[in-house]
Amino acid sequence: MFAEIKQRFRKVLPDLPFCSLRYVVKRSEEITVRNQIAEPPELNYDTGAMITLIEAGGLGYAATSDLSTAGLYEAIIRARQWAQRSRHYSVTNFSKIPMPHPQGEYHSPIKTPWESLSIAEKIALLQHEAQQCPADPRLVETELSLEWTDSQYYYLTNAGGEVFQHLQQIVPHISVIANEGLVTQRRSFGAHGHSQQGGLEILERIGFYGACRELADEALTLLTAPDCPTDTRDLVLAPDQMLLQIHESIGHPLELDRILGDERNYAGTSFVNMDMFGTYQYGSPLLNVCFDPTLSEQFASYGFDDEGSAANKTYVIREGILQTPLGGIGSQYRAGSAGVANARACSWNRPPIDRMANLNIEAGKSSFDEIIASTERGIFMQTNISWSIDDSRNKFQFGCEKGQLIENGKLTQLVKNPNYRGISATFWRNLHKVGNQATFQVLGVPFCGKGEPNQVIQVGHASPVCAFKDVEVFGGAA
Amino acid sequence: MEQYFYQLMDYLTAQLHGAEIFLCKFEGEHSDFTRFNHAKIRQAGTVEQRYLTLDLIDGARHAHAKLALSGEKTLDQAQLLSALEHLRAILPSLPADPHLLYATEINSSEHLGNNALPHPKDAVTEIINQVQGHDFVGIYAEGGIFKGFANSLGQRNWHSSYSFNLDWSFYHSKDKAVKTAYAGLHWDNAAFQQKVDRALQELELLKQPSRKIPRGKYRVYLAPAALSEIIGMLTWDGFSAKAHCSKQSPLLRMSQAPKQNLHPSISLCEHTAGGIAPAFQAQGFIKPDAVTLIEKGEWKTALISPRSAQEFGLVTNGADEEEMPNSLQLAAGDFPQADVLKTLDTGVYINNLWYLNYSDRAACRITGMTRFASFWVEKGEIVAPLDVMRFDETIFNILGDNLLALTQEQEMIIDSDTYEQRSVNSALMSGALVKDFTFTL
Repeated sequence: MFAEIKQRFRKVLPDLPFCSLRYVVKRSEEITVRNQIAEPPELNYDTGAMITLIEAGGLGYAATSDLSTAGLYEAIIRARQWAQRSRHYSVTNFSKIPMPHPQGEYHSPIKTPWESLSIAEKIALLQHEAQQCPADPRLVETELSLEWTDSQYYYLTNAGGEVFQHLQQIVPHISVIANEGLVTQRRSFGAHGHSQQGGLEILERIGFYGACRELADEALTLLTAPDCPTDTRDLVLAPDQMLLQIHESIGHPLELDRILGDERNYAGTSFVNMDMFGTYQYGSPLLNVCFDPTLSEQFASYGFDDEGSAANKTYVIREGILQTPLGGIGSQYRAGSAGVANARACSWNRPPIDRMANLNIEAGKSSFDEIIASTERGIFMQTNISWSIDDSRNKFQFGCEKGQLIENGKLTQLVKNPNYRGISATFWRNLHKVGNQATFQVLGVPFCGKGEPNQVIQVGHASPVCAFKDVEVFGGAA
Repeated sequence: MEQYFYQLMDYLTAQLHGAEIFLCKFEGEHSDFTRFNHAKIRQAGTVEQRYLTLDLIDGARHAHAKLALSGEKTLDQAQLLSALEHLRAILPSLPADPHLLYATEINSSEHLGNNALPHPKDAVTEIINQVQGHDFVGIYAEGGIFKGFANSLGQRNWHSSYSFNLDWSFYHSKDKAVKTAYAGLHWDNAAFQQKVDRALQELELLKQPSRKIPRGKYRVYLAPAALSEIIGMLTWDGFSAKAHCSKQSPLLRMSQAPKQNLHPSISLCEHTAGGIAPAFQAQGFIKPDAVTLIEKGEWKTALISPRSAQEFGLVTNGADEEEMPNSLQLAAGDFPQADVLKTLDTGVYINNLWYLNYSDRAACRITGMTRFASFWVEKGEIVAPLDVMRFDETIFNILGDNLLALTQEQEMIIDSDTYEQRSVNSALMSGALVKDFTFTL
């Protein structure tokens, strides 16, 4: 089909400075077992294309699932109409953007193909894991699922650009709900945070096997645990909460389209402005953050973004100093700034916008034991359950599934409903320990929402355990 | 598009074997999207999409397949047949589904919307002309939305609508802005002009120096859009039968003894007859005109999908699988909008809230931020725009002991969400006067 698409695109290609076709073929399967009962499998076949073109300074797009020559021709007409309508009113002269015409390929690393197990075998695998949970009537719901997506992206431009990318991703999920009276506690397998690229070998790599039993035990223990105390203390965050902390208070504020104001009506603006890059002390000198598409197993790794820019590892924050915004080629031109290859669309029916893709904190030198031993009065929080931050990405409040007090250098009492709040602009400067490679986890989630029209996209965040000084923490309402 | 869907369904019916049954859901749209920033066009384009979800059932075994249709009959028949054969091959290896329930009584229906939309070019030109000279940012979406259901028992349902939704903000500086929406079926330049004028008047208020307030408890007025965010938060598992039965609902304390109630002035219903969403769902059940969820502060019923009905021994009330309201209606209060500032006296006038989440789900404690135009009020007069504040408060306080009044006047809020497809959700909301509303940061 790819050769036919290329032939049809060449046939209908208008004589314009820039025109591209982004053809997407996605297949997915979702297998769910809830309370030992298999839910009906969900299969998804999604195919379509987006034409993007630039004419006389205006940009227009048209998305269609009619991939015939006539369908693509019609899409070009509609995209041209929008380019022509908008050319006198555009935020920039799109004709001046040096749109790439790349050539290349990218493939997810696969060791054990998803299809090496039948759907029935995958159901049996999930049921076997669920059966490891204790038979306790307080466990009111146990749900396990595996979602696999096979995405093929074929990008063509009018000047010979041709990129083929084939990504396979798995979202493994476990959640266990325990209840007694009006107290309900949840433990999950990283809140979907163990999503990665690859085949079924991912499950062994991320510790999926046996996790359900451990989570069930923890959920039951949390039922009778005291609430998180309300005070100010040192905060140690596990990678499955660092994921959220990075995402909300580093990733989003550094997105260039937010800084340019595109998102002000929906996802919000940013407390960061262009003058801060190169000088602003975003965090303590221990903070090193990279846009990193090079970890092949990470959820949002790729070779090229959806506007054809080649993806390379780039420091966004180095030794605490802000370096580079997260913006694709269009935003870079508009801002007169450097950026990264992160113009991405969730599928064929949405246009590319600036997304954070993989955004990772580099490992430091402290072992987990050293971090705990050096904490006199603190709390260790794991697994995100609640997230909220203001539209400038400054005042945040996050909650976790599990907390454990740290007293005189030792992990002690388990506590439920742990929450913390702070301000991005000062929080990262209180980073005082960064875990070593042994504490580092490669994580990712499938649910980042943004854009008008709205788009949900996959992001990756790898992080070690990190410790922060003097954070306001608190527990539940009753 | 309706006839095309039905032709495919007739074709599919002819391909069935033995006792096989199918349920099919259709979701299509033809949308033009124009995104604005600084009163200029950021991105403009058009999206044409048609998705069909097939549930193939053989006895108690079933599986789903969702396809993107091309709109070309031969191709779509071929891919539908391919999906059918794939599901047919899978079914024998699946365990029986004890929670499967679908409608066996045939209830066909047709709702055809009238396309009175302006040409997108004309609407965009009007928007640009009206907002020149102001820092305008947002999105204009318009076009047809098509929903269908069919099963092999012969039921056919169709719902089409043609609507527009301009969701925008006027910015003064940094995060100080007025958020407005103009949505409907017929574009009216005068009505749009009126919305622009009102927003610009409010923008003037934002030009005064802003006020920072310390943490603490305040009297607040939650305008309908702000209250809609709070009640909208409850739609995340609050009214779901599955969430209640599995003890995860944030409103568990209302449905489970010892029952906790809201203020007697709170009555909420899923009012399908008053909304813009279709009245049928994916298993073929027809939604009643209204389902009372909370009446005079007391819990009445959850939204019960066919699957939950089967699992928990309940009777379905035609809810979708997600068990979330589509057309939520809050009963109007008796307090005149004109008296809001005077009665608020000293406190915070909140036009919009944003990024809400549960900070303690079991207690239904919600945190979130003020956003856009919120104001500090003294002695019944707006004196300054407010710097953004974080609140953290339980629903049993906001809509319970601390609720002072709900306004008589209501606003129909049309959801502007476009995740995967343009939303057909709406909410009819009042404003609320609340005391001791806790700001924490």
